[in-house]
Amino acid sequence: MPLLDETKIKIFEKACFSRAFEEKAYELAQNSTIKMPIYLSAGQEFISATLASYLAYNSIDDYQIFIQHRGHSTYLSFGGSPEALVLELLGHKEGCANGMGGSASIQSRQAKIYGHDGLMGSHGPIAVGACFANKKFTLCFAGDAAAEEDYFLSALGWASTKNLPIWFIIEDNNLSILTEKRVRRNWEMADVAHAFKMPSIDVEDDPSSIWDSLTPEHLQGPLLLNIRTNRKYWHAGAGVDDPDQFDRLNCWVNLYGSDVIDSARKDIDGLWAKHL
Amino acid sequence: MGKTSLNLRDTIKAIVRRHLLEEGGIAMGQCLTAVGWVGGTLPELYEKDGMIELSMADVANGGFAVGAALTGIRPIYVIRYQGFNWFNAPIIINYAAKSKEIWGVPCPLFVRSIAMEGGIGPVAGSSHHSLYYRMPGIKIVSPMTPREYSSVYDSFMNDDDVYYVSEHRKSFDNKDDLSDVIVHQPQICLFPISITRFAALEAAKVLKEMGYRVCVYNILWLKPLGISNEAIRDLKISGRGIVLDDDYVDGVAKSIAFDLASQTGSKLSVMGLEDRTAGFHPNVDNLPPDSQKIVERVVEILTQKGAY
Repeated sequence: MPLLDETKIKIFEKACFSRAFEEKAYELAQNSTIKMPIYLSAGQEFISATLASYLAYNSIDDYQIFIQHRGHSTYLSFGGSPEALVLELLGHKEGCANGMGGSASIQSRQAKIYGHDGLMGSHGPIAVGACFANKKFTLCFAGDAAAEEDYFLSALGWASTKNLPIWFIIEDNNLSILTEKRVRRNWEMADVAHAFKMPSIDVEDDPSSIWDSLTPEHLQGPLLLNIRTNRKYWHAGAGVDDPDQFDRLNCWVNLYGSDVIDSARKDIDGLWAKHL
Repeated sequence: MGKTSLNLRDTIKAIVRRHLLEEGGIAMGQCLTAVGWVGGTLPELYEKDGMIELSMADVANGGFAVGAALTGIRPIYVIRYQGFNWFNAPIIINYAAKSKEIWGVPCPLFVRSIAMEGGIGPVAGSSHHSLYYRMPGIKIVSPMTPREYSSVYDSFMNDDDVYYVSEHRKSFDNKDDLSDVIVHQPQICLFPISITRFAALEAAKVLKEMGYRVCVYNILWLKPLGISNEAIRDLKISGRGIVLDDDYVDGVAKSIAFDLASQTGSKLSVMGLEDRTAGFHPNVDNLPPDSQKIVERVVEILTQKGAY
């Protein structure tokens, strides 16, 4: 089923909301209102926005998510409370991770999102173990660097061996801090998954491309989805590595207009204003 | 001293059987269903019953167990040699043990970690509970008797914490309770952990025949530390103590010795593995203190100038 226009709008709305959140977090980190390391997901927001919409479209609601450290857009797209995230970034006990998790270890029980402990890629095996135990459809998000961890690769192998209903979503921004993928390895995650006898897809973060690459059959077993994307801001904190980097959201704003992003920015400003 | 009809090996086996078949739990690990069934401590059950053979990827396996624990299924995770924890521990310590505190999500996991001694070289030998000891959010216990093991399992099933259960193969044949040895006006108190408890009881007998007054207070709970009021009282009276361990002394043993010394003002020393790598040949092995070494150390301490 091709991506419908009405679904595109929903994806765009989710992406705009995530982008607006990250822009505000960027501003507040720059002026030191946020006093902890933040891992902003701006530039990568279409991945979670699209996948959340895909699951909703296929009426998959009994799922669980294992999030990566750069996970604000995943948290927001899958229904994590924006207010609880604001409070978390301000270090409040009422934050989504009791004020202890900060930006990197957010969670939402209501949105079925398990927190990340900060040990790169550890959530790969954890996600597989949880999926094995309860057989719930599982999404495991990881960066292209975390996915290189040996235990993450082992997790792919066991998920394939047990034919578990788990999708490994590799948010491939090509960077480990600033070390490019080509410096670190000469292989691709999709090839590794294939070697483990797991279906794999390598695709750009354009929502239509992601959507079209998926089939309902993929929901029945393991899948590795390597999605090439761009990280707009620094690895950690508020800064820009490459101001000329491609920004997919700008393309969509040009296509659909700025009303949605403007409205999202206003909502996010209001949300933060309540707590500052 | 009491005795049970089942030895520790069969007790563990019965507990695992009950856990799988009656409690809806699972057991996970490497080579569980191989010949030997992990020293005979596992019932002959298979994946359909909840006996889950994992891959040989130790680090990931720890994560699989943690993930299963997050779902509330209370896995028993079997690590066949405690030294393998250098690979198995990271996700258990950094996720399972922290999950409740950070996210309010309990991750109850029962880690069966098994030590053995003699001729198994630099990695697989002895206990390594000190590896976990320094980290928050985990309970560490070293049962050496059937009754202790049952109590530890019951405690786990009524708890939502991560348990590191430090086992020792040499205790698997044991049916006896290991009671504390309490004497009037002790000259020294021994605080043995794991397999050293058997040696400490032997040493206490020898020392008694030599005319020394020696108490033995067994340490079952390493973290949180389980020490009775009587033990503290007698340590204050004796002013001398030794913590005995099957791990290297630069870990649990010294930490407990420091705690006891701080609490009582007594002088504590430690005995455990020597600070050197074990080799495979008996000439270069590194074993925990036996009864003879304990006797020698006690006599040395008690005959030092100033000791009474």
